Amino acid sequence: MLRLIAARGGRLLARPPGAALTPVCSRASSHGEGEASTAVDMSRPLYWNRLDTPLPDKPFKDVLNEEDTALKQKEKGPWGQLTKEEKIAIYRLAFQRTYPEMKQSTGEWKTVVGGIFIFLGLTGLVVIWQSYYVYPPQPRTFTEDWQARQLQRMLDMRVNPIEGFSAKWDYEKGQWK
Amino acid sequence: MSLVKPAMRGLLGKRLRFHLPIAFALSLVAAAGFKYMVTEPRKQAYAEFYRNYDAAKEFNNMREAGIFESVRPSGE
Repeated sequence: MLRLIAARGGRLLARPPGAALTPVCSRASSHGEGEASTAVDMSRPLYWNRLDTPLPDKPFKDVLNEEDTALKQKEKGPWGQLTKEEKIAIYRLAFQRTYPEMKQSTGEWKTVVGGIFIFLGLTGLVVIWQSYYVYPPQPRTFTEDWQARQLQRMLDMRVNPIEGFSAKWDYEKGQWK
Repeated sequence: MSLVKPAMRGLLGKRLRFHLPIAFALSLVAAAGFKYMVTEPRKQAYAEFYRNYDAAKEFNNMREAGIFESVRPSGE
């Protein structure tokens, strides 16, 4: 059931029209046509390159020239008579990219990680500026002297004398165990 | 080519028969580990602490340190 929804959802994602759009766009820009005339008609069956939804609604090339039409005719006969190049050509008529081509790593992760580090760095600069110009003075409880007296008071009170804080203090010798 | 028919039934049962004993065993190990590495040492620590604990002496030490408000150190 989820598979069905995913398959239908696959058509709605930006990737399928993007995959089909790229070749169309490059042809259009070489002809100097406007963007609007090459917009993908989503009400018609689409082609997509997706690993998880393998069989698109239409073959990649559906306007066939003469030799492609002849090839398709030959495909209707026994396949043993097709040469290796013909079989590959038939595949390429139906599919734009093979699975290994689709699975190619893009190196996008380097951009992502680089962007993360850049923004972390910028944030660090902001934090430094902020700690100098924005923060109010620290409370007096943060000073060394106050903290030392605080520690001593905790030991005097015997905080956690069995397993915790004061358990680690040697009261006879006046030092940590 | 004749492929062997895959198992169609009893998949959950097979998985449970394999994983449940392991789950029980690991749970018991976890419980035993916690008992003998956490609770037993803790009980020992408490027993040790209170074996020779002199409450009055500790109280006087605390009083002299000056942490109480109701009873000040004997000097004042």
